[in-house]
Amino acid sequence: MSLPVHADALERFTYYGVRFFCALVLLFLIVPILIIMPLSFNAEPFFTFTEGMLKLDAEAYSLRWYQNIWDSQEWRLSIKNSLIIGSCATVLAMTLGTVAALGLSQRHMPFKGAIMGLLISPMIVPLIISAASMYFFFTKVNLAQTYLGVIMAHAVLGIPFVIITVTATLVGFDENLTKASASLGANPRYTFFKVTFPLIRPGVISGALFAFATSFDEVVVVLFIAGTEQRTIPREMWSGMREQLSPTILAVATLLIVFSTLLLLTVELLRRRSDRIRGVVE
Amino acid sequence: MSTSVPTADNMQVNDPQLKGKLKKAERFLKIRALLLVAPLVLFVLFTFVFPLTEMLYRSIHNPILVDNMPQAAALIREWGQVELPGEDIFSEVGKALVIAREQKTIGRIGNRLNSEHSGMRSLTTKSARKLGKYTGDDYKTYMLGLDKRWGEMETWSAFKVLSSEYTMTHYLAAFDMQYNAKGEIVPQPEDRQIYIDMLLKTLKLSLMVTVFCVILGYPLAYLLSVLPSSKSNLLMILVLLPFWTSLLVRTSAWIVMLQSKGVVNSLLLYLGIISEPLDMMYNQIGTVVAMTHILLPFLILPTYSVMKSISPVYMHAARSLGATPAHAFIKVYFPQSLPGLSAGAILVFILSIGYYITPALVGGRTGQMISNLIAYHMQTSLNWGLGAALAGSLLIVVLVLYGIYNRLVGASQLKLG
Repeated sequence: MSLPVHADALERFTYYGVRFFCALVLLFLIVPILIIMPLSFNAEPFFTFTEGMLKLDAEAYSLRWYQNIWDSQEWRLSIKNSLIIGSCATVLAMTLGTVAALGLSQRHMPFKGAIMGLLISPMIVPLIISAASMYFFFTKVNLAQTYLGVIMAHAVLGIPFVIITVTATLVGFDENLTKASASLGANPRYTFFKVTFPLIRPGVISGALFAFATSFDEVVVVLFIAGTEQRTIPREMWSGMREQLSPTILAVATLLIVFSTLLLLTVELLRRRSDRIRGVVE
Repeated sequence: MSTSVPTADNMQVNDPQLKGKLKKAERFLKIRALLLVAPLVLFVLFTFVFPLTEMLYRSIHNPILVDNMPQAAALIREWGQVELPGEDIFSEVGKALVIAREQKTIGRIGNRLNSEHSGMRSLTTKSARKLGKYTGDDYKTYMLGLDKRWGEMETWSAFKVLSSEYTMTHYLAAFDMQYNAKGEIVPQPEDRQIYIDMLLKTLKLSLMVTVFCVILGYPLAYLLSVLPSSKSNLLMILVLLPFWTSLLVRTSAWIVMLQSKGVVNSLLLYLGIISEPLDMMYNQIGTVVAMTHILLPFLILPTYSVMKSISPVYMHAARSLGATPAHAFIKVYFPQSLPGLSAGAILVFILSIGYYITPALVGGRTGQMISNLIAYHMQTSLNWGLGAALAGSLLIVVLVLYGIYNRLVGASQLKLG
């Protein structure tokens, strides 16, 4: 929307005022994230810009905090743990979630609303309540302080995202396609892998990425149910931030920002692809 | 589509055999749909719903005396709280304390009694030790001689409160109330009233975060919805990148920004706007600023998707009929954008009311919220019943808000980026 030529002074003021205000809001959103990137290259163990950094002195910058991550046993373990737990939880959430979403989108599904509410609830209940509940229960069934326990907990937190994205993809799904496949002699399994799945794949993958991001960023449940063996990246950052702030945290943060940018771009591409497949025009 | 599909109920068939067949086929489809959902439902029940119910059960379950001194508990339940208990209760309690000391449960019993009435821990452990050597049969006189607190109504009221298997004391404590010596519900002493204040502070901070999100997010969502898509897609990245960035990364970013030698203070000092660093971290300001930043995308995204569907012709029509821009906005545009805005605002409020990480890291002492108190009781003070009662109260607030949200938009309409 551009400013019409006949706009009066007040309209001009509002037009530019809104734009100026929005620019400030965008700065508010993005500056804090961008500012930690240069700080992670600080040669000094400070959380602030040194004089040398402001003068763009090459000596004031260093990679020592990245070296620190690489050298530290704890950080390396936590990266490994985050990847293992994240991928296992994602596979679990994705498999169970996709199958359930297929059932939920069927016309004949009874109690649809209630079941949907139940499956979405892990997203709504405050994390501290979920974490404390799981702590008591998992201790009793010997799942606390095990990889399996953390994976199951993270899977259940990721399930709402898979359900939401996959059911959204299934909304525009044409049931005649599966009927056609069946009438041509395909069995249900063949129909699923050759007809249904390729069409809902973008939704499944973006749901999986959401689930992975949830697990990759989760710390409250880990604080309650994980042992030292299962410490993840966020858990390591949490203790780093509570005890003493070292720029190593900022180096890890920078790596995570790069990682989340990649995730974001993938999800956006998938979303557009899914819209295109389903014939939704922007 | 669903109306055109024949089902057993809406089809005008007179052939009962065909009707039966159709019903059977439908039942088969229903069962198939249920079977697809069943594994996930069972998984969610096992890892989430069941643990949650069990934890909430702790907020009313109170087995300590019933399990450890059943006879004494049964007698105390009958006691009328009018005058001191008789010899029967004294002797049962006295004997039970000795047994508890032998079985090493006296510490747990004492702790639990102490949370009802302070001083009970030392009274029970001390008396149990001396009662172990007592061989007479006049427990009442002996115990009154041991410690004059055995002659106080408050002591026995603490026993009375804990004598039933189910109790409301944790919920009363969560709302700054307690039972007095006569068994009536009264407010806690003033120096112990912290939970209502905490709840109000949590609501206040959540409301502030929501209001800031609305103020910052509404104009931006509007601009994004009216810009040509080449520009808005690019700007949308700036909204989505924080949304995808780790919570801890964003929290640490705000520590960098707001600490006393941080970016904001250095900049303000350099510009000469302030002469001393401002205290913006480890207090309520830090919590509110960081949480607004973290939750802003949750307001922008639903508002944007509703605004995107508002056709510009309504505003043009209003203007051409003579409305001023402000009037047209208030009467025509704003009401149409309200569903998205209110959905986003409720979502932000729901998420912020249960926030734990950010207040714990940047809130300092004054910026803590109810979740932090729950964590404290679960992990540090180990008063699980009270923690569970606080969690139950928080959960009720969240579920009510979620119900409203569901009414407004429907759970399946939840938009993710």
